[in-house]
Amino acid sequence: MAQIELDGINRIFQLGDSQVHALCDVSLRIEAGEYVSVMGPSGSGKSTLLNLLGLLDRPNSGHYRLEGRDVTTLSADEQAAVRSARIGFVFQSFHLVPRLTAAENIALPLMLAGMPAHERTRRVAQALKDFGLEARAHHRPEELSGGQRQRVAIARATIMRPAMLLADEPTGNLDRATGQEVTALLEDLNAAGMTLIVVTHDPVMGERARRRVLMEDGAIRQDLRRGPEPA
Amino acid sequence: MSPADTLRFATRAALGYPLRTALMVLAMSIGVAAVVMLTALGDGARRYVVEEFSALGANLLIVLPGRTETGGVNPGSFVSSTPRDLTNDDAAALLRLPLVQRVAPLTVGNSEISVGGRLREVMVLGTTADYLGIRGFGVAGGQFLPREDFGRATAVAVIGETIRAELFGNENAIGRMIRLGDRRLRVIGIMGPAGRGLGMNSDELVLVPVATAQAMFNTNALFRIMVETRGREALGPAQRQVEDLLRARRDGELDFTVITQDAVLGTFDRILGALTLGVAGIAAISLAVAGILVMNVMLVAVTQRTGEIGLLKALGASTGAIRLAFLAEAGLLSLAGAVAGFALGHAGAWGIRLAFPALPAWPPDWAVAAAVGTALTTGLLFGVMPARRAAALDPVQALMKR
Ligand SMILES: Nc1ncnc2c1ncn2[C@@H]1O[C@H](COP(=O)(O)OP(=O)(O)O)[C@@H](O)[C@H]1O
Ligand SMILES: [Mg+2]
Repeated sequence: MAQIELDGINRIFQLGDSQVHALCDVSLRIEAGEYVSVMGPSGSGKSTLLNLLGLLDRPNSGHYRLEGRDVTTLSADEQAAVRSARIGFVFQSFHLVPRLTAAENIALPLMLAGMPAHERTRRVAQALKDFGLEARAHHRPEELSGGQRQRVAIARATIMRPAMLLADEPTGNLDRATGQEVTALLEDLNAAGMTLIVVTHDPVMGERARRRVLMEDGAIRQDLRRGPEPA
Repeated sequence: MSPADTLRFATRAALGYPLRTALMVLAMSIGVAAVVMLTALGDGARRYVVEEFSALGANLLIVLPGRTETGGVNPGSFVSSTPRDLTNDDAAALLRLPLVQRVAPLTVGNSEISVGGRLREVMVLGTTADYLGIRGFGVAGGQFLPREDFGRATAVAVIGETIRAELFGNENAIGRMIRLGDRRLRVIGIMGPAGRGLGMNSDELVLVPVATAQAMFNTNALFRIMVETRGREALGPAQRQVEDLLRARRDGELDFTVITQDAVLGTFDRILGALTLGVAGIAAISLAVAGILVMNVMLVAVTQRTGEIGLLKALGASTGAIRLAFLAEAGLLSLAGAVAGFALGHAGAWGIRLAFPALPAWPPDWAVAAAVGTALTTGLLFGVMPARRAAALDPVQALMKR
């Protein structure tokens, strides 16, 4: 049983009287601990695929089994619970809450999950240390550099120790050097066992993944693997 | 999300947009303050009147010339001819009724009092010896008006404390002559400390025998006759006796009115109670307006924070948690408004009391509770719709908006 199993997924958007077939009959299997890059031209359905994988969106047809459980039929709140426990998101535009400090942003998923404050403080302190953000703990996002912001976002995405990390163009708003730092950070997390799925426009970053999925017009054109499969 | 975290999160969100929050708290507080202040004013007026009339004493009848209905307007009040005056003879006749204990005829007017070079305007009250006992006043020095025939215009006066201080200062006033209008009178007594009621303050009065006042103002008419009955139970029968006697004395015509303290109090209490309620209702409208403002502000907040809502959903927030967070924010803003308005209203009532010391302008407890309760309810009620809208947002759409 693979961690992620997509079977015959279709996602159709209604735009006035025209239909956009964002995903056409997509089937995909991803094992736990894999490192997958998703590439392709703009509008090819990469973000739509990632949103589906992250249970932010529902397919019009097809089946999605996550860790053996059919998650397409879950209620919105059941899906939220799965997102909370198993899935971490990293976005191109960071999506930090501007009025909260770095530490508070990182603590958000713990707070939403109902973890008591004293336990949160401990976990957040550890995360700040792991991501080299200790000196920035009480700064608000506007006082942080782009690289620091994305590190806060990654710390937040992983604070619940999810099984998989979904990143939609995580280096899209960063300069080359900072982008590489962030990529290295994500790869470290993958090396520690977290499934990593990265949508990227950057061929260099895409090439680094052991498995590279190429999308075009809502379908998977290419699915290349390099090296031995992870256990 | 624990309740404490929800509250903390909502507080941070509210504080994150200070201008918006301040404006909304202001709007809500004005509504609450309006209710608190206006009801303080209305209830103060009610209490003022009640206290004024309570000072009269419980087994008192007041006879006034003319037919007036305190309970409303009757057709007779439009067609009545000029009423006949009440006279000292009427008062003397009333005193002979078995259920009547004491009677005090009253005549009032303004005049000038002078001693040596000092001169001032005063209110002159013409009455008789029993006035003191009926009103429960006392004299601080000397004696009150002599007990004599209602028709005798003795040239004596009893003056209030303020008048005494202004005209005589540290000198002894008793036995001194004063000029009141065109008459020379001897001061025989000083009124005891402040007795109030019926809009008169005994500190600033000059009391003279009723016939003296009538001669001064060149009239036979009385302004009122105060009748004290033998006990509270006698009030009703005595009222009938008084009416029958006076009617008989004026050829069967009922061109006078006999009122009791209870009737007057009841009427004023009803009128001013209704007024207070009406005023509270008007003020409550401003609260409803504030409620609509809460809704709009919260809708704007939802739009402003769409990206944040999408993020919270991506991080695993349930729809219930998001709904609660926004509802808590609306509730907190309303609560802050209610508290600020409560303080503002009390400050306003304090200002009224400062400006009009006679008016006991304290907001009634029910009004304060109603204002704060309404503010909270409106805030939460009008906060439901925005909160539901926030919770129902599609996470992908919400995340894209930024
Ligand atoms: N909410 C939406 N409504 C309508 N069309 C959409 C929506 N989201 C995506 N699309 C369309 O679906 C297609 C795939 O979009 P997307 O997955 O965002 O592409 P990519 O991320 O690869 O650039 C595009 O043609 C886009 O216009
Ligand atoms: Mg995209």
